[in-house]
Amino acid sequence: MEEKHFCCEGCKQVFLLLNENDLCVYYKFDENPGIKAKGKFVSERFGYLDNDEIANKLVQFSSLTQINVTFSLPQMHCSSCIFLLENLHRINEGITKSQTNFQRKEVFLIFNPQKISLRKVVELLAFIGYEPSISLQDVKAKKQTSFDKKRIYKIGIAGFCFSNIMMLSFPEYFSAGNLDQIGLKETFTWLIFALSLPVFFYSASGFFITAYKGLRQKDLNIDTPIALAILVTYVRSYYEIITGTGVGYLDSGTGIVFFMLIGRWFQDKTYDSFSFDRDYLSYFPLGVTITTNGEEKNIPVTKLQKGNRVIIRNEEMIPADALLINGNANVNYSFVSGENTAVQKKIGDLLYAGGKQIGGAIELEIIGKASQNYITQLWNNNKFEEKKNAEKSFVHPWSRYFTLSLFTVAIATLIFWWINDVSKILPAVSSVLIVACPCSLLLAATFTYGNMLRIFGKNKLFLKNASVIEAMAKVDNIVLDKTGTITQNKESSIIYTGTPLTANEIFAVKNIAQQSSHPLSKIIANSLISKPHQALQIDNFVEHTGKGLQATVNNINVKIGSASYINYYNKNLDTSKKGTEVYVMINHVVMGKFIVSNQYRKGIREMINDLQQNKFILYLLSGDNEAEKENLNLIFNNKTQLAFKQTPQQKLDFVKSIQQNNKNVLMLGDGLNDAGALLQSNVGIAVSDNTAQFTPACDAILDGENVHLLQKFIAFAKSGKKIVSIIFVISILYNIVGLSFAVQGKLSPMIAAILMPLSSISIVILATIISSLSAGSIGLLQKK
Amino acid sequence: MGAFFILIAISILVAGSFLIAFLWSVKNGQYDDDYTPSVRILFDDTIPTPKKSINTNQNTIKTKN
Repeated sequence: MEEKHFCCEGCKQVFLLLNENDLCVYYKFDENPGIKAKGKFVSERFGYLDNDEIANKLVQFSSLTQINVTFSLPQMHCSSCIFLLENLHRINEGITKSQTNFQRKEVFLIFNPQKISLRKVVELLAFIGYEPSISLQDVKAKKQTSFDKKRIYKIGIAGFCFSNIMMLSFPEYFSAGNLDQIGLKETFTWLIFALSLPVFFYSASGFFITAYKGLRQKDLNIDTPIALAILVTYVRSYYEIITGTGVGYLDSGTGIVFFMLIGRWFQDKTYDSFSFDRDYLSYFPLGVTITTNGEEKNIPVTKLQKGNRVIIRNEEMIPADALLINGNANVNYSFVSGENTAVQKKIGDLLYAGGKQIGGAIELEIIGKASQNYITQLWNNNKFEEKKNAEKSFVHPWSRYFTLSLFTVAIATLIFWWINDVSKILPAVSSVLIVACPCSLLLAATFTYGNMLRIFGKNKLFLKNASVIEAMAKVDNIVLDKTGTITQNKESSIIYTGTPLTANEIFAVKNIAQQSSHPLSKIIANSLISKPHQALQIDNFVEHTGKGLQATVNNINVKIGSASYINYYNKNLDTSKKGTEVYVMINHVVMGKFIVSNQYRKGIREMINDLQQNKFILYLLSGDNEAEKENLNLIFNNKTQLAFKQTPQQKLDFVKSIQQNNKNVLMLGDGLNDAGALLQSNVGIAVSDNTAQFTPACDAILDGENVHLLQKFIAFAKSGKKIVSIIFVISILYNIVGLSFAVQGKLSPMIAAILMPLSSISIVILATIISSLSAGSIGLLQKK
Repeated sequence: MGAFFILIAISILVAGSFLIAFLWSVKNGQYDDDYTPSVRILFDDTIPTPKKSINTNQNTIKTKN
């Protein structure tokens, strides 16, 4: 093996494969390129891809000799990944092209179906460690990127027209309207006219559409005054140009559109590689293997019928409620219940959909459709049909007051000139509407929130959109999930107390624990260190499910298990529960116990203290049992309501009950079992240790290592409102200056053309600087 | 002064061609991914040409040609 060391068989096989194809430079690009390769796997896992119906849903283009397909590969993480994935054609001739998009974590593949099948391509990807995430949802929702491009076209065109109109307007400003050359002034004016048309009809169309939609629902949204301002500006300018009475305000008019489009784009920049709208469909497999009279066949999961016999292999998910017919079922329901423990099932038992089989293949008989099982009932609930009612931004009332006062000023101007000079009514009133555009108001909000989104993103809190910031600022109640949220997902801490064990005894305990697949046994086995090469003889191994196990190892009789299992009741009945206890009995003497407790995330205790000091009301909902109660009470200073053994429905109802008291709830959770509560809460944050992983539908995704920053995040969100308000005030000052010209009927195109960019740009700069300063003072700008 | 008209026409044309170039590059997907190409450019030439003799027995992956 050229003296190379591998952590596992999988990585070694990947090396062999790369070595054969001269792709070993892979290992040179990055210090630690490898992702944990899965190596060989049950090859039937992707069997459903042989089904044409499923395959056709996945591919983008398909002919006899060419298939185009895009896979999302959440494991992609470094430049070596790009290298390996883009050199797939060296590994297999059938693949003609592979192109990665690192930010979206996607790979686009073109392959020849006559040389390699879709299933083989997926298996190759899985083999080298990049298992594509293929789910029902991916199939249902086709991505739309053309929308984004349309926005960029609009900005590009507006920017082009705006800058050219500005250039062409300069002669007019500098000559004070007296251009000598015959025809020159007309040329400029008509060029400006022509250049403004695409801005008015194409770039600004979005504002008119939303304003119109708002008006139809009798709602004055923020786009209404903007649309009105644009309309008045253009109509008056076109009128002046066509009648030859003036040059109009088209330079300011196009500028407004350009700046506002940029503002919206800045705020709405989203995180491409995250998905915030996943529901249970994402967790379910696309296809299942059914067996009829001993013959195996792959069918799409949607075609699954009552009475079908399905085969579920290791690590596969049960697609629908079913009865166990055959095999050794060891099902992990962590998706459903949150309790990360595999449960043994007997033949004839009912297995709920959403459980994951761990161990050998099992055969099940389906008793309901995939879409009508216990877990999906939660989602079929009406709650999930309706979109979360878009939080009304506090910007909206502002814009309404603004619109109302604007109309008051306009009417006052109208009355004033009616009395004094009728000829000035039209110019004065229209310039009031032109100059008092709420453009700067809108820019204040979009740029502040846009910058805040980026700062949150740098701290690994990825918000779905800017309205989440406002929702977060209102939060007063916080509901936490335990497993995976405030505890580390995998690592448990384990302590042994009692009579110290000798080396031989440790060896014995380790080896007997290794025989069992119970998670506690595994944790114990992994924690014990003993010399590897020793003769080993295990006799009379008996496992009592849910209680413990015993065996004779090298003539030492070992019994490990719960207190009741080894009859350890009377001595020092220790009720202080700080974790799950596993007692050890050697040669019929109780030696001591292992205490397995969850490992809490870094800084959790400080975070909870901070939150409690800041008058947040905390709750803890756990799908797990009460084993950790003592520890949790310590962490939460006995002030927090703890609830255990909560089902997903109970979690949802709990959040609902808090909301009924007019409270705003932030929910922090991780698994699918929290998905209902995340959706119900005002702000649902999904915690994920690997942000590339699937996360349930939520408003934000938070990297596990930064959970302890929660209090800072909320404080920053609260500061957002203040920042926007400060900038609003400044933008109103600009408006007053502009209006003071306008009401007198003295607003020349030049003043408008100076005021508009000046106010817009200064507001953009202020919004960015103030929000960054605020983040710095809260402590969210530290470099690692 | 007649040169003005020609110059204005040229300036609009030049600016317009840049606009078209921009729109084309967006449509062409040149802004879709602004990270991967910067890495991809480093890969070429560092790899020796592969020898086309694949003999292996762990063939769950490989299709025979």
